[in-house]
Amino acid sequence: MKRLDWFANPARFLRLARAVQPWATGIALTAAAAGLYLGLFASPPDYQQGESVRIMYVHVPAAWMALFCYTALAVASAVALIWKHPLADLAARATAPVGAAFTFLALLTGSLWGKPMWGTWWVWDARLTSVLVLLFLYLGYIALNGAFDDPARGAKASAVLALVGFVNVPIVKFSVDWWNTLHQPASVLRAGGPAIHESMFAPLLLMALAFKAYFVWVLLIRIRAEIAAGKIRAARLRASGDAAP
Amino acid sequence: MNPFLAIVRRDVRLAFRQGTDTLMTLAFFVIAVVLFPLGVGPEPNVLARIGGGVVWVAALLASMLALERLFQTDYEDGGLELLALAPMPLQIVVLAKVLAHWLATGLPLAVAAPVLGLLMNTPPDVFPVLVAALLLGTPTLSLIGAIGAGLILGARRGGVLLALLVLPLFIPVLVFGVSAVEMAAQGLSPKASLLILGAMALAALALGPWAAAAAVRQALE
Repeated sequence: MKRLDWFANPARFLRLARAVQPWATGIALTAAAAGLYLGLFASPPDYQQGESVRIMYVHVPAAWMALFCYTALAVASAVALIWKHPLADLAARATAPVGAAFTFLALLTGSLWGKPMWGTWWVWDARLTSVLVLLFLYLGYIALNGAFDDPARGAKASAVLALVGFVNVPIVKFSVDWWNTLHQPASVLRAGGPAIHESMFAPLLLMALAFKAYFVWVLLIRIRAEIAAGKIRAARLRASGDAAP
Repeated sequence: MNPFLAIVRRDVRLAFRQGTDTLMTLAFFVIAVVLFPLGVGPEPNVLARIGGGVVWVAALLASMLALERLFQTDYEDGGLELLALAPMPLQIVVLAKVLAHWLATGLPLAVAAPVLGLLMNTPPDVFPVLVAALLLGTPTLSLIGAIGAGLILGARRGGVLLALLVLPLFIPVLVFGVSAVEMAAQGLSPKASLLILGAMALAALALGPWAAAAAVRQALE
């Protein structure tokens, strides 16, 4: 807990954020440029899927990030509830819209990919349905967070919801193993190593790195904005207190 | 008297004497189901095919109607704070209120389901499975719903928000509830789906009151 306490000082966090942010920006832009070049031009088309396999380089990292962001949201919520860590609330609130956007991107690219491959935009199989539920959980979190006049109430209520909704994360992950689905099972993180050729694996990993760095980049901006908004709120309260003693 | 039973009796009495919760839930259930033959056309084969699912979806929405008031009235008149201060753990208080909610809404829904099955041209030999699935599934709905009902205390537009929070979590119950009915309609054994419904009810019984108590407690702080 010593280490978490260390971050609880917003001034210290802001110094760290300012130091990390240029790196995250640089990694995100470089990895995205390299990943997109390798993925769109340098990697071979799939022997079955043809050129449409290139959707994978956006779809798969977005889906990974959808789960990663929800896990981060749940961990931040747990830290906020248990230790009342002031930055954890801000981190959770800042994570939710980014995670929702990644989830939506995964659903959208999956739908665009499904049309040429499966012949349909949407099927009600376990993977697609559970990811849709994940999107609803993100939206519910965002709605509940903003539904109270007191932001602290919203933070606490939505933290409980984030923890309850976490049951869906393992369901999303293992839905392709537990049920017979049209969606293919995991081909990267599996026993026996990745079932994907390195010419496609390299751009996939680069894109995953780019998405993760982008997440850190946006998260730091959002947390800094939240801290600034909190300062403005406090200053306004002080000012109105001075005017009407 | 045992305080657990006292809370159950008080809440059930309130629900029946005010008459709104149970009657409104049942009325909504009937009207929602009746809309479907009018919406998709009265073709008996089509109705028999979709009947189980329609009854389940309507039951799920109906059981959500009274959820908003599960803690709301006690929260507004301050009774909830007294219950939270009582020597009994808040989890048990929540469980008692959930049980009362289920007795006032879930149980009548399950009992009324065969009548609506008739309207939807569901084969009568499926009725026992439909009722069994609803009896196993609706307690889970009440337990999950209690979490949402605690979270929205004091929120703006709580009712709409409650639907957004709990409906995604209701989906597994709906999936397996409908699959039990479909299996039975095809002449297969619905045992697997019913067992999963029972497992979900037990898991919700073990975990739901804790989460709902946490939700209520953060509203009272």
